[in-house]
Order: sequence, then C-alpha cells, then structure tokens
Amino acid sequence: MKKTLVLTTALTSLAYGASAQEVTVMSWGGAYTKSQVEAYHKPFTAETGISINSVDADNPATPIKAQVEAGNVTVDVADVEFSDAVRLCDEGLLEEIDLSMLPAAPDGTPAADDFIEGALQDCAVANIVWSTVYAYNTANVEGTPMTMADFFDTEKFPGKRGLRKSAKATLEMALMGDGVPAGEVYDLLETDEGVDRAFAKLDEIKGDIVWWEAGAQPPQLLADGEVVMSTAYNGRIFNAAVGEGQPFEIVWDGQILDFDLFVVPKGAPNKDEAMKFIAFSTDTQRLADQASWISYGPARKSSGALVGLYSDGKTEMAPHMPTAADNLGNALVNNFEFWVDRDAELNERFNAWLAN
Amino acid sequence: MADTTAPLTTADGKPLKAALASAQAKARRRAFFLVLPLLAFVLLTFVAPITQMLHRSVHNPGFTTHKDIGSGVETPIMVNLRAWFDENPAGTEPDEAAYEALAQDLVLLRELKAPGNVGTRINYERAGSRSMFTKAARSAAKLEPPYKEAILDLDEDWADPELWQVMRGASSAYTVNFYLAALDLARDADGSVVSVDENRQVYVKLFTRTLLLSLLITFLCFLLAYPIAHLLATLPLRHSNLLMIFVLLPFWTSLLVRTTSWIVLLQSQGVVNDSLVATGLLDDDNRIQMIYNQTGTIIAMTHILLPFMVLPLYSVMRPINPSYVRAARSLGATSWTAFRRIYFPQTVPGIGAGALLVFILAVGYYITPALVGGADGQLISNLIAFHMTKSLNWSLAAALAAILLGGILVLYWLYDRLVGIDNLKLG
Repeated sequence: MKKTLVLTTALTSLAYGASAQEVTVMSWGGAYTKSQVEAYHKPFTAETGISINSVDADNPATPIKAQVEAGNVTVDVADVEFSDAVRLCDEGLLEEIDLSMLPAAPDGTPAADDFIEGALQDCAVANIVWSTVYAYNTANVEGTPMTMADFFDTEKFPGKRGLRKSAKATLEMALMGDGVPAGEVYDLLETDEGVDRAFAKLDEIKGDIVWWEAGAQPPQLLADGEVVMSTAYNGRIFNAAVGEGQPFEIVWDGQILDFDLFVVPKGAPNKDEAMKFIAFSTDTQRLADQASWISYGPARKSSGALVGLYSDGKTEMAPHMPTAADNLGNALVNNFEFWVDRDAELNERFNAWLAN
Repeated sequence: MADTTAPLTTADGKPLKAALASAQAKARRRAFFLVLPLLAFVLLTFVAPITQMLHRSVHNPGFTTHKDIGSGVETPIMVNLRAWFDENPAGTEPDEAAYEALAQDLVLLRELKAPGNVGTRINYERAGSRSMFTKAARSAAKLEPPYKEAILDLDEDWADPELWQVMRGASSAYTVNFYLAALDLARDADGSVVSVDENRQVYVKLFTRTLLLSLLITFLCFLLAYPIAHLLATLPLRHSNLLMIFVLLPFWTSLLVRTTSWIVLLQSQGVVNDSLVATGLLDDDNRIQMIYNQTGTIIAMTHILLPFMVLPLYSVMRPINPSYVRAARSLGATSWTAFRRIYFPQTVPGIGAGALLVFILAVGYYITPALVGGADGQLISNLIAFHMTKSLNWSLAAALAAILLGGILVLYWLYDRLVGIDNLKLG
C-alpha cells in the first residue's frame, strides 16, 4: 500500500513538474478569493516574479489531511478557519511557521505585538477577521430588528429564518437570543444545562428554519424572499448589499468574530516561496488593501488606519468592518479551544436534534 | 488392432491428455493476460484504497504510535501508561504509579509535539479531553511528585474514571469502539457497552431513515418508469426515439443543475407556488412547503434516479414478443390477467436490475438531500462526509461506511435468494 502511494506520488509529481517559481494558494472562492487575488497575488507576482496558481475549495482545510497523509501535497498555502488551523497543527499536518520572518508595522512595532491577540499560532498566521452576523431583507421585514433576540422572535417579525447547518455559531447565537450576554456564552455552553438551553431556544423556531451550508446561499435565500432573515458571513452580505444593491441590512448585535489564517501543509512542494508569500501578504499595507475588496477586518492593528474605500470608489469601508467600534457592542469572539474540544460532540448532538 | 490400454499420444509421442491440458493452460494464460491490465487497475485504484479505509475502522494508532509526517519515523508513545494498563485490570482506581506513568508519557509527547494528536484520539470518545492533553503536556516537564496531586491540580477532570476507561480502550491500536460509536453505543467507566445519551443518538436512526427513504424512492421510480418504458418499447421507432431523448436529456444534465432547478420550482416563492397563487388556487399566506423537507428530498431524488430505472426496463421490454399477450387474450384471458401472468413476469429481470441500481445509488446520496432536504436532509452519507471532511474522525467514517457496505451486501444476498442474480438483465 505504502509502495503504491509512493509510486503514484512520484508519478503525479512528475506530471506536475516542480517549477520552483510558483505557489499554489487554496482559498474559499467567490468574492473572497477575488479580494485576495487583487490585494495579495497580483502585487506578490509583480514584486517577486513568482507566479501564483489560485485554486478554490468549499473549505480548504478539507483536502489537506488527505493530501499530507498520502504524501501527495499539491497546495502550498491554504486559507483555513481557526479551529481547523489548530486541529491540523495538532495532528502534525502543517509546517511550523517562523513568526520572526513577518515584517514589522510601518511604525516599527514588531509583528508579534501588531497582530490581534490569537492571530499568530505555531502553524498559522491570520489575515482577516470575519464574523457570522444575521442580516434581513428590508423589503420583507416590517420594523427594525436590533438584537439577537429579534432573530428568534417570529411573532414580532414573522417569516422564515436561515441558519448554517452546523453547531458552531448556531448554539452561541441561540444563547444570546435567549438573553445571555456575549461574555457568558462559552461558560454556559461548557455545561449540559447551557447546551440544553440553546437547543430549547432553537426548538422555538425549528419549524421556521431554512438551513444553509455554503457561504453563497444566505444572500440568495434573502433575495428570493425564501427567508426574511438569515445568519451569514458578513462579507457576503456586504457585497450583495453594496456591490449588487440588494436591500439587506446587517444586525451587528451578537456577531461572532473569527479569524481566517494562512497555513502551509506539511511537505508543501514550494515551502520557501509559500513562507515568502505569507510574509508578504500579511504585511500592514496588503491587509489594508484587501479590505477595499471585501468587508473583512485586517488581522493587524496597524492596518486599521489605512483601510480606505470599497472598490466602487465611494463607500467608506471602516464602518462595515466587523471590528469597527460601533459594531463591537455585544460581540462574541469565537472560542477556538472550545470548538476544537467539543466540535464532534456538539455536532453529533446537533445532528441528532435535526433528525428528530 | 492397436492395444486399447495404451494411452493416446500426439504425433511427437506426448500423451494426448497432457497436450490438451498444456494447450488449455496456454489459452487460459492468454485470457488472463488480456484481463491483467483491468485487474491491476481495479486492485490499485479500487480494492486497495477501500481495504485500507475499512482497515481504519478497526485500527487507530493515535494513542500508541506517533508518526512524524516529515521523516516518517514512528515512535511508540504512552508506553508507561500502557504498561500500567496491562498490569492492572479494567476498573482499577488509578494510583500514584499510574499518574507517574502519565506524567512521563506527557513529557515525551511534548518533545514529539504530539499531545494534540493523542488528545484528538481520546476526544473522539470523550469530548473535552483534547485540551486537557495539550495543557498538561505544556507543563509536564515541570511536574513534581506526588504526581497524582500535581496532575489533578492542572485539571481535576484527570480523575474522571470514564477518561481512564477511554485511554485504556485506546491503548491498543486495534479496537471495535468506532463500530460501537457508529451504532450509538459507548463504553461506561467499567468497560461495559451501553447506549449513548438519548439526545446524542443519531446513527441508527439515520441508517433506518436512509434505508426506508431509498426503498420508497426505488418504489416511486418503479411506478413512474414502468409505463414510460412500456410506451417507449411499444411505440414505433420514430416516436420512441423522440421520447427517449426526453429520458436521456435530464440524465446527461449535471446533478447540481437538476437539484437547483427543483429548488427554483418548489421553494415557497418559487414557480409552482407563484403560479398557484396567481391562479387563485392558493392564498398568499398558505404557500405550500415542498422543499427543504422530506418531500423535497423524495421529489428531487426520484427525478434524478428515474433514468436508471427506465433504461433497464426499456431494454428488457423491447424484445418481448407481443404475440404472447395476444395469444393469452385469444384464449380468453382478461387484459389484467394477460398482463399479470404473461407480460409482467417477462419484465421482472429489468425491474430487478433497475431497482438494484436505483436503490444502491439512493443509499449513497448526500449532496441532493443536503441541498433540498432541510432539517430532514440528513442521510447516513452526509455524516460519513462530515466525519471525513469536517471532524476528521476517519475511523468513525470508515466504521459507518463499513456498516453501510455490509448492509448493502446483505440486501444483495437477499435479492439473490429471492429473485436470483442471474435473472438480472441490463439489455
């Protein structure tokens, strides 16, 4: 078996023909990949002459394990969620990243202090802060939803709700919708009573939920009028509302912040170039540039001041960032340690709850 | 007159029997060489990976060996603790020696950068264990005797008997625990098998649901396909060719396109509901929910799998001689009797082939149910995919897949006993 793997690997690597001046970057597709191509890939190629091969996956964390275990790694850099980065690192599937190679901020602050707390890990460097929020279609909702409780209040705001078909973020929002302040959510979810309470809250609207799985679905469901409110990744709603003129409003109360991070799979064919790419892409200016293509916050504090206009040339990006001061009123930072520990258990329970 | 007892020989004096045998062996060898490329291909790309995957369902060395991915070096881990487990029977209260063994093993884990791996292995069976390992390994080098107190100071959960039972189970690389988990079972603190908590039971229910839904879809496909296939087989060729195009066109269309089309048609603001509201048959507030529930799954899957039933039926009905039914009618059979006793039995091989195709495909479907099934859109394949791609618990995914495969083989065997597999006709 091992021999056949080695054999097929040898064959494929022959087929790929390792050219030293190329990096394969795997990301999430859609508007998000576009923002990275514009802000990172093009300037990187212009500066270093190393060409970038951009590929997309539903979740770039998925192929890494299979590729590394088969010894057939074709991806040099992948953009993954926080808990996946930690878990893959724990399983020894990622290269360690030498954090000293990351450039300092323009004012000389070393990278270690310039990145938001938690953004630098042994095997991962964060590039953006994104959040799960809920948004509503103003054409189909009478009144103005303001809080997470409104999302779960189908009497005050009748109509269907869109939710991501997974335990992560759903349970936290259910508790916040039940009046739990953001700061107490994870302490409560650690207990059985807390989990029961979250599911009890979800039970209240179970018949009105339309479940989504891919990031592109919520804007579609809202535009179709299939749901009147939906949870979503904030950047997708922003692009639909500002880029395409859809009548969507984001409610920032109870938003759940999360990082996306760059990782290098163990045994990446162009590891050195991959590290160069990560150092280049996560400098202050690049992260600020990316924000002009999609409304995700830069993972460096020093980038905040440089965030300018959206690519339409007239929309100020700063107020649309999940990290903008006005939007952080009742925000929850995703507790990756909690989810790496409990993801399997809570999703099992979530699946059982769905099936009942 | 030749001596009849002398064996027959060929011209060069070889016994005829041996000559025949060698000639046949040559032919057999040649035939074998002809299929050798296919055989090699199937073994390499199909049998070997599936065997390897199924092997994972009973074998998980996460707690026994650490393999460095870069260099491929394998190091035995948790050696001291495993030795303690070997010396003490299940259910023994962990003593100072046990904690000392644990502390020594944690130091090695830290050096190998393996605490996360080991923690993940334990976490499969006891949620919340992973971070206990990573945290304890971080301070393992600084631990002082008495170890029991020192480790319980880090986290009092280390005294949990359930955790020790899980570690004991994981201390051999070969285990049936993943099969237990795949059947909603677990081991309690003294190692006996018990059902998991009611609100975490999901797999058995989904196996049952997948089975029933697939049977229902197979039956619906049969109901819809039988008349279509009969029409196709009995119409003159120029008409039946046109109808055949209607059957094949959706068959050639991408699965995702067909699934999404059903969403556009059936959703509550979709084409069907809008037309019903426009014609006044429905009130705007009473739009029918036909998608994001079980109904949506059944409609979309039946449509997608229909050609797999039509084609085998058509190819079996085409050569059926119409004069048999005419003869039965002329002998006084009613049309129903003629159909029941003459026509229908001749189509059974086609029904068998179509039903088997549709059923086996339906059992493995997960993209369509996930898109149109809403909360009910969870079939067992969705969970296999979930454990393969999201939770990364490949052993559990393999155990679920093995149970599914076993179930299909049992059904196949039943089918063979009831209908006979040699009756299967695809044309």
